[in-house]
Amino acid sequence: MTKLADETLRTEIFPYGIASVGLSQVKRQVPLDEPPPLPPNDDLLFIGKPVPRQNGRAMVTGEIHYTADINLPGMLYGRILRSPLPHAEIQAIDISAAEHHPGVRSVIILSPPGDPQTAVLRYVGAPVAAVAAVSMAAAEEALALIRVSYKPLPFVIDMDEARKPIAPLVFDAASAPGGHPAGAPSALPLNGNVRGPSTVSRGEVVQGFAQADVIVEAEYRTQVQTHCCMEPHGLVADWRADGLTVYISTQFTAGVRHELAEAFELPLSRVRVVVDGMGGGFGSKSMLGNYGRIAVGLSRKAQAPVRIVLTRQEEQMDAGNRPATWQHLRIGAKHDGSLTAISLVSYGTAGVGLGAGVGNVAEALYTCPNFESAQNDVFTDAGPGSAMRGPGNTPGAFGMEQAIDELAERLALDPVALRDRIDPSPRRREERRIGAEKIGWQHRHVPGADAGPIKRGIGMAQSIWASNVQINSACEVRVLRDGSVQVLSSVQDIGTGVGTVLAQVVAEVFGLHPEDVVIRIGDTDFPSGPPSHGSRTTASITPPARTAAWRVLQLLLADAAVALNAPVDVLVARDGRIQVRDNPAKSMSFRDVAAGLRTDSISAVATRSDDYPGFRHKSGDAAQAQQDLGGVQFAQVVVDTETGIVRVERVVAVQDCGRPLNPRLIESQVQGGVLMGVSYALFENRIIDQNTGRMVNPNLEEYKVVGIREAPQIDVTVLENYQGNSATDAYGIAEPANIATAPAIANAVYNAIGIRLRSLPMTPSAVLAALGKVPQGNMTS
Amino acid sequence: MNRFAWATPRTISEAAAAATTLVADAMSSDPTGPGVVTVLKAGGIDLLDLMKETLLMPATLVNLQQIPGLDSIHPGEGGALHLGSMVTLATLASHPLVRQRYPALADAVSRSASPQIRNVATLGGNLLQRPRCWYFRAKEHHCLRKGGDHCFAIPGENQYHAIFDNSPCAIVHPSTAATVLVALNATVELIDAKGTVRRPLLVDFFGPPDQDIMRENNLKPHEILTAVLLPAVPASVRMAHLKQGEKDSIDWPLADVAVLLDLTPDKMCKSATVILGAAAPVPHRAEAAEAALIGKHIDEDIARQAGRAALNGATPLSHNAYKLPLFETLVHRAILAAAG
Repeated sequence: MTKLADETLRTEIFPYGIASVGLSQVKRQVPLDEPPPLPPNDDLLFIGKPVPRQNGRAMVTGEIHYTADINLPGMLYGRILRSPLPHAEIQAIDISAAEHHPGVRSVIILSPPGDPQTAVLRYVGAPVAAVAAVSMAAAEEALALIRVSYKPLPFVIDMDEARKPIAPLVFDAASAPGGHPAGAPSALPLNGNVRGPSTVSRGEVVQGFAQADVIVEAEYRTQVQTHCCMEPHGLVADWRADGLTVYISTQFTAGVRHELAEAFELPLSRVRVVVDGMGGGFGSKSMLGNYGRIAVGLSRKAQAPVRIVLTRQEEQMDAGNRPATWQHLRIGAKHDGSLTAISLVSYGTAGVGLGAGVGNVAEALYTCPNFESAQNDVFTDAGPGSAMRGPGNTPGAFGMEQAIDELAERLALDPVALRDRIDPSPRRREERRIGAEKIGWQHRHVPGADAGPIKRGIGMAQSIWASNVQINSACEVRVLRDGSVQVLSSVQDIGTGVGTVLAQVVAEVFGLHPEDVVIRIGDTDFPSGPPSHGSRTTASITPPARTAAWRVLQLLLADAAVALNAPVDVLVARDGRIQVRDNPAKSMSFRDVAAGLRTDSISAVATRSDDYPGFRHKSGDAAQAQQDLGGVQFAQVVVDTETGIVRVERVVAVQDCGRPLNPRLIESQVQGGVLMGVSYALFENRIIDQNTGRMVNPNLEEYKVVGIREAPQIDVTVLENYQGNSATDAYGIAEPANIATAPAIANAVYNAIGIRLRSLPMTPSAVLAALGKVPQGNMTS
Repeated sequence: MNRFAWATPRTISEAAAAATTLVADAMSSDPTGPGVVTVLKAGGIDLLDLMKETLLMPATLVNLQQIPGLDSIHPGEGGALHLGSMVTLATLASHPLVRQRYPALADAVSRSASPQIRNVATLGGNLLQRPRCWYFRAKEHHCLRKGGDHCFAIPGENQYHAIFDNSPCAIVHPSTAATVLVALNATVELIDAKGTVRRPLLVDFFGPPDQDIMRENNLKPHEILTAVLLPAVPASVRMAHLKQGEKDSIDWPLADVAVLLDLTPDKMCKSATVILGAAAPVPHRAEAAEAALIGKHIDEDIARQAGRAALNGATPLSHNAYKLPLFETLVHRAILAAAG
């Protein structure tokens, strides 16, 4: 590498490899102003240790403030009038009565008639108008006073219907959305309601299938899963003459600031975005959202702060969802298991939105020389999809990982053994080994072997996800004159505990305890942090935090060297003191060093440098590390073949995330990913009435989310995978923990009953039908 | 939710005098704005749901919680048990006499809703709650039961709807307790403002849609459900209740079954009661299943035959035929569970 000659770099030796397999070393070129390599976790005090969540007590005692808890003086309550029809044109709208309501301070029309770009509503729940009033009751009364004249238009809800040439059109070419924030290609053809295909190809697929000894082929379907964050979407917008402050439940303070500045033509310096308590986002709170724009618009017009918090019904209809998919997979293989060709065709619907693809599982999980895919988006008159924990790959894995199990059976190979043959990842190999041992894979019986109606089975599935990094990530570390320490960044804690992790990383540098480090995050007045989506928060913000702390430490060591009359390069920070490495008696307290500071505080701001060996891919602010994230999950299920009830008794999740920084918090995230996967596999389903276009279960009563009695025992193991890539060498965990769960359950159900369930969710209705137990026609006698 | 006044009477007659309107009538009288009606409130669980959805906009709520004596459980004449209508589901489920004499009832009630709801919800409110049909529960759907001219469920999403007697309205009765109470031949006590007392059998108090499409029972304005009376059960009677929801935590049943068997010591069935819940607009008596059991020694085969017989007369809709094998299984298992 030409970088070897670069005088801004130095060579360092890092631990490398998977700890449970055996570590080696790797040489990396490291920027001179970045800290030396960390040893493996075993040799560290706080990094890699199960440090308790800093704000855990505040969360469970209600001390933490979520957006709905924020009350500003003079604050108004915003409510949104939403379309009752799935497809309609607004012909007239009269807000005068609402404006005259004594409690109302502002009313805005969101879908003005006359312009087809704004007047056409395409899903039940689409925003029509909004009010801000002195109380929630007044706001609701005012909504009822808005008179709207709708011209109903033909609509289509079902994806299969929407694909037909005769289907009512959701969009025409002029109105159809072109791009997608997640980066879908924008120049794809639109035929009827179908946009695509987006294609990938390598090798010669026709030849590949011709060479195959065995070909498996099947269709899979996944349902719409709505976002059910515990904390609904919401914000308080405070528009003032000197600038805009927005308190919002968000996964990306810095991104929302950009959106606000652009939408409202404000300089970034006059926009502040703040989040404290955050009750989950899962991909649905990465952007400002229509409700955010509405609240700011109402605040600007009313000249007062406005709070909008969506109701659960609004959450279900218009806060994003995981798109439904249909996948056709064809896989060819030789007798020895080696893959010769994979072909994937998919159609998915994100309602009026885009982004309903099935990801890169089929493309990238296994070694196969010949591959082709054609993925299509289908528009329907339903609320827009959004990113959701492992977008694309979660539905994609449901199809692909069942297809691989089908292939294994056709080849008379054990599913784990087949994957050992075709999966190039050393991480997943180790994860399969560990998981198989823990679940008792060797005791697995043949499909449907249990006698009697209650049948048990075990199955496994794998995950693939990019190691994402936001290079536009910065962190400031301050040491104050009393020896106290602050970490500042706009990065947000969406419930994962990243603040605690930052405290661990910084405490390790200073030789302090994590509880000595004060975390100030979730505020764009601090250096810009990364978004918390794409499993990138820890990978992006912990390296700059360690680097910034290390730079501040160098300043303190220089002061201490003078005070101790020792060379600076023999000084270390340990146990709250600065000491000569081999002579602990020659030392002074960290606090005493800080007391000698010339100013009240010293600080350093560091940014996320590139991974030391370079990224595999870099585009704008986003980059991907060389190695993907793996993850293998095993599930044990019990199926009652007379009631159709499936219960997951146990999940063994073996995951990797580079260097694990806090096993307790990682375990918590993996448990969440597994529970979300169980819920996706067995329960959740957005049900829309085909005749009215209305969601019939827009609540948490009939939209069924896994409960405590359906929660399996979850056994989490996390590999230590050292790569020598950054100042912390850490990557994310959130999404890979969710991707493999549903297919692992489906493969376990097959092992239990010998019948494959190729669509989600696996309800009693679906299971009994698959078992051939549901009579056709009626039973009148 | 609309603003409302709050009244707290201390006697049944005061409360009954104030209660001008049945919830069912209040829901159909003025669907667009706050009404002038006064309705009764027991635990308030269902009432709050309806009010938050603005399906019900009463001017006044009459709170029954301050009336002495409505929340007691005590033995009645001849081995009967008197259950006050304001007894909470939590109290009912844990009461020693209920658990000892009517274990199927304790089982059904202990699996209803959530612990939080059971601590507040009352037996009377449970029996009088409105149906859970998702079209009925959404303001946008002006369905038959709310005075409209159309059932949305029959041509629509009916996976949780009735498989028996499901035309013209396909609701299922929402009370799981009622499945067992009908099986137990319970009577309800109703008192009006003048102190007139009615004691119909629960099964007669409930009414199917072809009797009255907008009401699930024949409660009258100014009438208060004050108690449920459970007749004594002979020692030879065994009972069981089984409920199956998609989830086990906080979910409505897809199907529930109550079985009472009067057995000889060698398990010959002298009489049988098989009631299906979540199957029809009112708790559904599976007469053919009962007939299949009478005079038979209860064993696996007979239980299976009765399970199949329980489906006699079913008319499943487009999305709920899966309930047939489910009920068949629950009836079969409940019979074996009762027979021990």
